[in-house]
Amino acid sequence: MRELTYDAAVIGGGAAGMAAALEIRAAGLSCVVLEREEHLGGILLQCVHNGFGLIEFDEELSGPEFAERMEERFRASGAEAYLGVTVMDVEDQGERKILFGYSAEHGILRVSVRAVVLAMGCRERNRGNIRIPGARPAGVYTAGLAQRLVNMEGYLPGKDVVIIGSGDIGLIMARRMSWAGARVHGVVEILPYPSGLTRNIVQCLHDFGIPLYLSHLTTGIFGENRVESVEIAPIEDGAVRFEKAFRIPCDTVLLSVGLVPENELSKKMGVELNPMTNGPWTDSMMMTNVPGVFAAGNVLHVHDLVDYVAEEARRAGAACARWIRGGRPGRELRVKAGPNVRYAAPCRVSPESPNKLYLRTLIAKNDAVLEVRLDNRVIQSRKKPHVQPSEMISVTLEPKDLAGAGPDSAVEIAIL
Amino acid sequence: MGSKYTADNAGGVYDVAIIGAGVCGANIARRLSQYELKVILLDKEADVSFGTSKANSGIVHGGFHHASKYLKARLEVQGALMFDRLHRELGFPFRRCGIVVAALHEDEMRVVDQLYRQGVENGVIGIEMCSRERMLELEPKLNPDTVGGLYAPAGGIVEPYRFVFSLVESAQRNGVEVRVSFKADSARREGDLWRIRAEDGSQLSARYVVNAAGLFADEVSRAFGAEEYTIRARKGEYYLLDRMTRARPDRVVFPVPTSVSKGMLVVPTVEGTVLIGPTAEMTDDKTDTATTREHLEMILGNARAMIPAVSENDVITSFAGQRPVLDEDFYIEPSKKVPAFIHVAGIQSPGLTASPAIGEYVKDLLKGEGLRLLEKPGYDPILPDRPRMFDIDHYRADALVSEDPSYGNIVCRCEKVSEAEIVAAIRAGHTTLDGIKYFTRAQMGRCQGGFCTYKILKILMRETGMGWDRITKRGGGSELLSGRL
Repeated sequence: MRELTYDAAVIGGGAAGMAAALEIRAAGLSCVVLEREEHLGGILLQCVHNGFGLIEFDEELSGPEFAERMEERFRASGAEAYLGVTVMDVEDQGERKILFGYSAEHGILRVSVRAVVLAMGCRERNRGNIRIPGARPAGVYTAGLAQRLVNMEGYLPGKDVVIIGSGDIGLIMARRMSWAGARVHGVVEILPYPSGLTRNIVQCLHDFGIPLYLSHLTTGIFGENRVESVEIAPIEDGAVRFEKAFRIPCDTVLLSVGLVPENELSKKMGVELNPMTNGPWTDSMMMTNVPGVFAAGNVLHVHDLVDYVAEEARRAGAACARWIRGGRPGRELRVKAGPNVRYAAPCRVSPESPNKLYLRTLIAKNDAVLEVRLDNRVIQSRKKPHVQPSEMISVTLEPKDLAGAGPDSAVEIAIL
Repeated sequence: MGSKYTADNAGGVYDVAIIGAGVCGANIARRLSQYELKVILLDKEADVSFGTSKANSGIVHGGFHHASKYLKARLEVQGALMFDRLHRELGFPFRRCGIVVAALHEDEMRVVDQLYRQGVENGVIGIEMCSRERMLELEPKLNPDTVGGLYAPAGGIVEPYRFVFSLVESAQRNGVEVRVSFKADSARREGDLWRIRAEDGSQLSARYVVNAAGLFADEVSRAFGAEEYTIRARKGEYYLLDRMTRARPDRVVFPVPTSVSKGMLVVPTVEGTVLIGPTAEMTDDKTDTATTREHLEMILGNARAMIPAVSENDVITSFAGQRPVLDEDFYIEPSKKVPAFIHVAGIQSPGLTASPAIGEYVKDLLKGEGLRLLEKPGYDPILPDRPRMFDIDHYRADALVSEDPSYGNIVCRCEKVSEAEIVAAIRAGHTTLDGIKYFTRAQMGRCQGGFCTYKILKILMRETGMGWDRITKRGGGSELLSGRL
């Protein structure tokens, strides 16, 4: 068993992991990234479309370009990466954390560190999670798996496609499958509004004439050996109209029905999760309830844009470095998700330093108002021309906003 | 298909041909592999255990559900006792976790009492009538409204397909040939032999034929000109819950049965997940394994009535299996119409439990029909241990990886399956995605193959030399990919 010792380890070498490692190195500490794939970059590598990097690099990049730029910075920082290493276990020995990474090349690595940043990303929800009944033929893929097959492996998973769920990966794949010569017969969404970004609805569906069935429930997948059709039924006034169900013939179903932060390893370590995000509860330093364990990116909560992931992970990396040097959060205020807010991350803020939070609304609304209250006093109020659950919202709270907070004060964020 | 399964179409002559490589066929084949016999195990699917044996509750029953007048009750009790030895020899996942039957109303206790007496009469050891307190002590996750019940400590759980795989592998190591994708279509007598023809035209001959064709035993019987009967299919739908669920009981939890069915169970699978179901619905189409919304809701409701912590948020997949229904009892006897032909038909629950005893029973029937049984000197009942990354600690893992680095390449992160284990599955003849799934558990966890499918595809192509267009989920027609870019 090979023994390694660093100040910090980052689990996952996607955008979040690299960004966190950069900041840890920038603070002069040693850092290793453990990545289970053979390349850094994570899921970015299969996202060959544009739309990344407008914030982080000030230009529009494809996923692999974003990953490459990030990796250049990462390499220049002197942080180390072990590739093809799956972290199977983390032992919390108080002052030190011991990570066990499995690898064909290196054998079993035993990595001893003072702090860990969780950056494992998320996984796709699948058919079982949303309980679509029917047969179990070949030809049912999650959209991300199909994206991998098409963009990285060079295979076409099918020719006549129905996409269930209007998440961004599904929308992107509607366009990608059309480009690859497949016919996309529709995107089915249970909600009355799309789950993906508006720009993707326009660029990936409208531009290709692909129908979007809003307020439709998928009531079955059919086919003996390979998918033959998908049955959907409209939802009217909150009730599924099964008698109006109809079948769309197809040979392939792609599922884009949401992402779940991948926290099995975190849970094993005793990290507590927020049921609203399925990601860890974190304090103003992005630290979980386990001292010395930090979290950022999609493992913390699912983001829409990699630029936000990178920004958040930089903060986590910097905080991790501060923590190793003895920095502690000090006084903190609790953050509550108020009316129409699903969650805000992190869930603690510091009245002594600037805080950035990301949040998601529960509602789709025009002319909304974002309101931040300290106890019952409004400390920020911003007009939002349009909000919807698929578009993440950011809020910055400065020390001046939080002046006058008492020991039991709480910050509440609402969308009105 | 796979290298381990014979693809010889020359048409050899066998002492015994077993049609159907489910749990019955596999047990019979392994039992016969102890003798100096040339045996072939045939299946119409692309892999063994792809019929009823792959989708059932995986229970080693407690011997109290059926009255002693039935053959199935005797074989159940006898078969259940054989599992420990089989487990030691073959290493398939098996655990005697015990079974509880939970009564939720006072009037159900009458049935519990009857089950208890039935169990005692069947000679079940350790069976116990329980008060409410005893039930909640045995199974703290039970609904606190439980009024009492039954406890059968010897009941257990098994992974049914892994059980079949290990039986088949053991039989193969002892000389049994296995041929998949062989759909026995017609047969005629040629002297002392049965000449069996498959749908694809390939042929072989056998002195004795065992019809263990499960749902299709009626069609096979007809093809041989033997007794006419109709196997009907009863569909059972299931939900599988993530291993992180809080609803995992310590024992198998049964409701009080009705006259038609043992009811819907909550099963703590050997691998740490939780299975809930099945429904029991007669269907006209034996190949229909579709699930329905109404039934799945019903399963959740029934499971929650016993274990309130069952949550739909823990569901990772659902599936359905078909059980072959003939009569009240198993139909295991030689044909009275044609020679050298044994029916093993109508093996519904408790078929899995009874299957080792069925192997024994059919061996005796064959002997009675004149098959000479000479013990094979080199018979080896033991299957070599196959390490699994899921089960071992970091130090053992380190030693394994230094012997074979591909143990360090974790392909399936949810179930911790390494490349070496995938390769072992392929080399054992499992060359479809489902075959690899049932053998290794890769794709069976919470992501259901979202992350590992493409990796398995690549390993499968590399190991077998098959092109992308020949990779299937479970055999011809279920091709995964439709083009190259």
